[in-house]
Amino acid sequence: MIPLSHYLFVSAILFCIGTTGVFLRRNLITILLSIEIMLNAVNLSFVAFGRQMGTVDGQIIVFFVMTVAAAEAAVGLAIVIGLYRHRESLNPDAFVSLKW
Amino acid sequence: MPETLIFYLLSGLAIGASALVIGQRNPMYSVLMLIASFGALAGLYIQLDAPFVAVAQIIIYAGAIMVLFLFVVMLLNAPKEDGADWDRTHPLRLPAVTRVGSMLAVLLVVQLAWALMEATGVGGPVAGEGNAEAVSSVRQLGRTLFTDYVFAFEATSILILVAMVGAVMLARREEERP
Amino acid sequence: MRFVVSQMELRTLVQLGIIGLTFFMLINASAVLVLAERKIMGFMQQRFGPYLVGPHGMLQPLADIVKLLFKEELRPKGADKWLFTLAPILSVTAAFAAFSTVPWGAETTFFGLLDEPVKLGVADVNVGVLVVFAITSMGVYGIVLAGWSSNSKYSLFGGLRASAQMISYELSYATALAAVVLLAGSLSLREVVDAQSGTWLGVIPSWFVFLQPVGFVIYMIAGVAETNRAPFDFPEAEQELVAGYNTEYSSVRFALFPQAEYINMATMSAVATDLYLGGWHGPFLPPEYGWIWFLLKVGAILFTYIWVRWTLPRYRYDQLMRFGWKWLFPAAVINLIVTAALVLYFNA
Repeated sequence: MIPLSHYLFVSAILFCIGTTGVFLRRNLITILLSIEIMLNAVNLSFVAFGRQMGTVDGQIIVFFVMTVAAAEAAVGLAIVIGLYRHRESLNPDAFVSLKW
Repeated sequence: MPETLIFYLLSGLAIGASALVIGQRNPMYSVLMLIASFGALAGLYIQLDAPFVAVAQIIIYAGAIMVLFLFVVMLLNAPKEDGADWDRTHPLRLPAVTRVGSMLAVLLVVQLAWALMEATGVGGPVAGEGNAEAVSSVRQLGRTLFTDYVFAFEATSILILVAMVGAVMLARREEERP
Repeated sequence: MRFVVSQMELRTLVQLGIIGLTFFMLINASAVLVLAERKIMGFMQQRFGPYLVGPHGMLQPLADIVKLLFKEELRPKGADKWLFTLAPILSVTAAFAAFSTVPWGAETTFFGLLDEPVKLGVADVNVGVLVVFAITSMGVYGIVLAGWSSNSKYSLFGGLRASAQMISYELSYATALAAVVLLAGSLSLREVVDAQSGTWLGVIPSWFVFLQPVGFVIYMIAGVAETNRAPFDFPEAEQELVAGYNTEYSSVRFALFPQAEYINMATMSAVATDLYLGGWHGPFLPPEYGWIWFLLKVGAILFTYIWVRWTLPRYRYDQLMRFGWKWLFPAAVINLIVTAALVLYFNA
């Protein structure tokens, strides 16, 4: 039997890895990927707690988180495509002026 | 005993693949590493008696969202980060302020882990209460989804519609006005 | 002298044997399909297919494999080293893995050797239908990565078109699946097959194809599109894109792509048999030999695949996408709604 804290520990490490990716990477697509890592870490926590409490509510919340993540990835990537077409660069440092 | 072994294997794969995601220069490799990480997470969900969530993870995340990422990477011919940029932003070469910040981040992780170990109520085995049948049954999941959470379900469908329309609008090429 | 093995060990051995047998049969299926396709194509075009190698050309697949093995392994200079080799591996792994939750026979005790019957199939999970769908949707990666990593414009176009086609037709595929799951009341493939046992009026078998004719047609069309077979085989359009995503591949890496395609075909046919044609249920045979009926039905559907390929002309790419989104998907949704309404009405 694996203690709940083990699952939470894995989830915390994944979340920290995702946060590090968002802060340190200079590529828009990799930043979006790091956001997906963070969302997955949270999903793992939810399922672990849901299992602990013996209800399906954890899985249902994960269902909604996945759906929202899909919608957010689609819109985020569309924005990235628009930005790339304008500036020919995927580096967030290229988009520092408020002028389009 | 094999359960613990599988858990360590899968979580090691998930953490290792995620660390590689943020450590790759080529965005194509990052996407593939993330797919591996999702696969490992799906294995962890199966171990938590959530087969539907595991399969949904593969279908939605690894099968659809990552294909979308791959398309965008291929379409934009996303360049690898240049060497100069990479060297400039590598954590160990940053100015002292950022190095101290990174050390504090590591300290945060250690503290989080210690707090988890000391917390009460999370030390017990994860399969302590409730039987596996109630949690892993898809029938039960569907029933709860359509009775207790039906409003969120309908709102999510509208959300997906809005996201679809928004993505198509945002990625459209501007037409030249004559 | 007989050595005594405990029941537990015997069960494990038998289950390992079933897994090995399934794997072996899948590999043989791809070899047999290579020959069958060329022979049937030949007969439909009023000529003999291969007839030189072995009696009636039966050793032709062996000759093909030997030839491919001895070819030179090429890799274009600009090709991505890891992805170029990974792509066919992904394709073929997804193709084999998708068959893992497909049951191909009823429970059997192997003539009383085992105390409890063992189910014929690699695994039986309670979300089996979704697992097949999930793993076939992973097959897209093999094609996309092959197209990208070859560093050639023909391959890239082929790869992009193939993946766009596959993900578009996955929607109709999943919606047709959902209608069958509604009828059977379970996501497990074995229970879907068991819901089709028996007959109506003693004569017509109670298969789902009679309850869901539109769904069956939608499923077959989506299956043809998913496996990139003609008339939807744009990614390998021989006359237009040189060879699409496998232009730059040679020898063993090349051989894995058609093998993955044939095994995908076999998996689609097996799932169609389980979902719509009653799986291993059939008259005149005791349930333990149901796998014979299963093989016959799968063979019939595979023959239909080959028949369709050599009869219909190829779609143009935009016609293909328009058909998938504007005709097939609404039809599948209407099928689902009507099925749901009828299930509710008759169970009220």
